[in-house]
Formats: sequence, C-alpha cells, structure tokens
Amino acid sequence: MKRQLPLILVFVFGTLMVIQYFVPHENSETVKGFLLDWIVIIGIFALALGLWSLVQVSVAKINSRKENWEYPLVTLASLVMMMFFGFTAITEGASLWSYFLAITVFLIALWMFLQGFMGQAANRNMKLLSGLGLLIVFSLLAIFDSSWEFKFYTAEGLTNQMFVHFFDYIMIPLQATMFALLAFFITSASYRAFRARNLLATLLLIAALIVMLRFTPGPWGEYLAKTSAWVMNVPNLAAQRAIVIGIGLGIVATALKVILGIERGYMGKG
Amino acid sequence: METVSIWIAAILTLGIFSFLYKDNPLYKACEALFVGVSAAYWAIVFYFDNIYKKFYEGAVTAEEPDYFLWIGAILGLLFLTRLIPNIGWVSRWPMALIVGATAGLWMVGYFVSNAMNQIGNTISNIIVRDAATGFIAWGETFGTLVILVGVLSGLVYFFFSKEHKGVFGATAKVGTWFLMVTFGASFGYTVMSRMSLLIGRVDFLLGDWLHILR
Repeated sequence: MKRQLPLILVFVFGTLMVIQYFVPHENSETVKGFLLDWIVIIGIFALALGLWSLVQVSVAKINSRKENWEYPLVTLASLVMMMFFGFTAITEGASLWSYFLAITVFLIALWMFLQGFMGQAANRNMKLLSGLGLLIVFSLLAIFDSSWEFKFYTAEGLTNQMFVHFFDYIMIPLQATMFALLAFFITSASYRAFRARNLLATLLLIAALIVMLRFTPGPWGEYLAKTSAWVMNVPNLAAQRAIVIGIGLGIVATALKVILGIERGYMGKG
Repeated sequence: METVSIWIAAILTLGIFSFLYKDNPLYKACEALFVGVSAAYWAIVFYFDNIYKKFYEGAVTAEEPDYFLWIGAILGLLFLTRLIPNIGWVSRWPMALIVGATAGLWMVGYFVSNAMNQIGNTISNIIVRDAATGFIAWGETFGTLVILVGVLSGLVYFFFSKEHKGVFGATAKVGTWFLMVTFGASFGYTVMSRMSLLIGRVDFLLGDWLHILR
C-alpha cells in the first residue's frame, strides 16, 4: 500500500497519457483536461506545503539564535504582510492607519502562536494565550473597521494599492537588481572565457562579440545585423538542435524509467 | 506615497548593489525581504488563478458545477498529509498522479517536438529553391547544409558510448566547434540582457530617484 499503490498509479496515469495522445477523440481530450486540472490544483497545495516549510525553517533559525538569526524575521514579516495585502481590499479614500494597526496586531498574534507551537518548552501556554488574545483583538478590528475587509472569493486583493506597491517598489526592484548584479560578475567571467587561447575559445569569443555588438550603436549596423542573424540561424541553430534532440531523447528515457517503476526517487524514503 | 515608495525602491536597489563591496547586513536583509515577498506574491497569484478561478468558479459557483474538480482538491488535501509523520506516505498518491501523468504527457510530447520535428526540419528541404525563379538559392542551401553538418556532428559529440577516435572523433570535434558558437552566442545574449537590466536600475536611480537624468 505504501509503495505499491503509487507505483501502480504512476504506471496507470503515465500509460493513460501516452495512449490518449494517439486517440484524437473528444473523450480522450476531456480525460487529459481533467488530469491537467488536477495537477494544477494539487500544485497549489504543494505550494502551501512549501510555504509551511519556509515558515518552519525560519522559526527554527530564529529560535536557535545562531548567527544571522534576525533575517528570517524579515522573511516571515514580509511573507505575512504580502499575503495579508493579497487577501484584503481597502475602501477607496480610507485612511491606512487602522489598516496598518490591524496588520501589526496580526503579525504579533501570529508570532505568538508560532512561538507557542514551535518555541521553547517554557512559557508556551502563555504565548499561545497571548496570541489568542491578540487574534481576538484583530478579529474585532476586522469586523468593526469599515475601511478594509477580507476578500477570499474575489481577486480584489490583487489590485489592493499596498499589494501593488509591494510588487512594484519592492519585489520588482529587488528582482531586477539581483539579475543586474550578475552583470558585474558576468563581465569578469567574460574576461576569463573570452581569452582567445585556442580555436574553441576563439569561436566562443567571435560568436559572443558578433551577438553583443549587434545590440550596440555603431557604423557596422546593417552588416553586423545580417552576420548576427546568420550566426543565430545557422551554426547556433544547428548546435541548439543537437542539444534539443538530446534533451528530447533524455526525457523519453527518463519518463519510461518513471512509468515502468525503475526510477522511484519521487517517493522519497520510508 | 509615491515618493516614499521610490525611496524604498532606491534603498533596496542600493542594498542589493552593496553586495559588490562585500556581503553585508543590508544585502542580507534585502535578500530575506525578497524571499518573503516573492513567496507570498506567487502564493496569492496561484491561489486566485488556480484555487479560485479554476476550482472555486468551476466546481462551486458554476451553473453546471464540474464535480470532477473535487477529486483534484481532495488529492491536493492528501498532499498535506506529508505534515503528519504517521500518515505522510499518503502524500505519495497525489505525487504519483502528478509524476505519472507528467511523465506520460512529456514522453510523447517531447519526443515529437524535440526529437522528431527537429530531425524532420534538419533533413527536409535541404536544397532551397528561389520561390520566384525556381532556381537553387545557393546561400540558403549552404545554410541548410551547414545546419545538417552541425546537427549530425553535435549529436556525435554527445554520443559517449563510443570512444571519440578516428573519423568519429573528428566528427565530434567539428561538433564542438558548433557548440562553442552556440555557447558564445548564448553567453553574448546573457551578457547583454544583464547589461540592459543594469542600465534599467541605473536609469531608475539617476532618473526616478535623483532626477539627474531627464
């Protein structure tokens, strides 16, 4: 039951998907549609599991008080705040002070609860009670404050100004800067990679130069654009195809191993 | 509000750039903030896209509810049994469904798109004719021949079951030339995309934040 049933399920669903590809019937497409929908729905529960894992790891790190224990606090606070923004809608023209007060109370209540569940043995009940008390205060704020409300069944949270601001002015700048940071490291990597020591390194250098110069303004414009297009569409395409064919055959082999139960890594231990 | 937001974005941008000096508390705080915010963002987006739009609107509020979607939700709940050590093995069932269905779907899909179609495009229409005159277009024909040689030699290079010696080794060597051109082109593209992101951040700092660039 523990290991046999998953193997049977993998074989049945894997074979079903292979067969349905060769059966161009409406019912076959419907079955495929259902399976894909289920996968998507299961995926969101897997994401919840991932979030719980992030919370667990962060709380354990904070409680250990080892080096850099403060940073998981930032992670947890931003996680909870962003989720809070995503599930709430602010009334137009309302003051944000009561909204921020509610978030603060909610954050402290959650922290007390987490400490109560996962913290040290001492004062656990005290922390749980404090968390419960603060959660009641938060619920009262949520009920009587008309400037904001929870929205679980409409996607209004996605247009909440705080959610949009967090996305536009925190997430996007951080993400873009992290990738931009790589520009400095990739430059030093380029210096090492592009030294024309032998034929292979020279080919690498020439191809990279043609592609890079293509994007820079200069007198070479049209000629370089044509050369770059040829490099991309002919020798580059040839090697890309060889790689893609290799990947395709590799996926077929791995999928067969999974369907036939030879590869069982997805089951974990136990 | 807008000004405060721009200042926050500028401080965070500088915080990440501060890593160029060395690993420091501001960078670590920015990193931690990014993990939390992006995890929550994707959770919210997936919730509204999948749980709300696909499941709730499809199986609960629809005029003709699709009850089969409940099976997906139940399997999803079974996935959460991983949190309970005694019955954690139950989470293998939904996992088996995902792994099995995806393996079956990908096996055929990738075989067709990655292997068959690519091989078909490589070996078909090697001699290209000019659509207007009907004569052989030598330039394009040369291109398709180069592609054929590149694909074959590239595949030979990736075949490790036979020692790369003699004609086989020479063909593999030609394959590495093509691969190096591809790696060079990809590297060049990556460098330029990172540069364009860097230009974007500097533009933000000097334009939106400091108003030096107008």
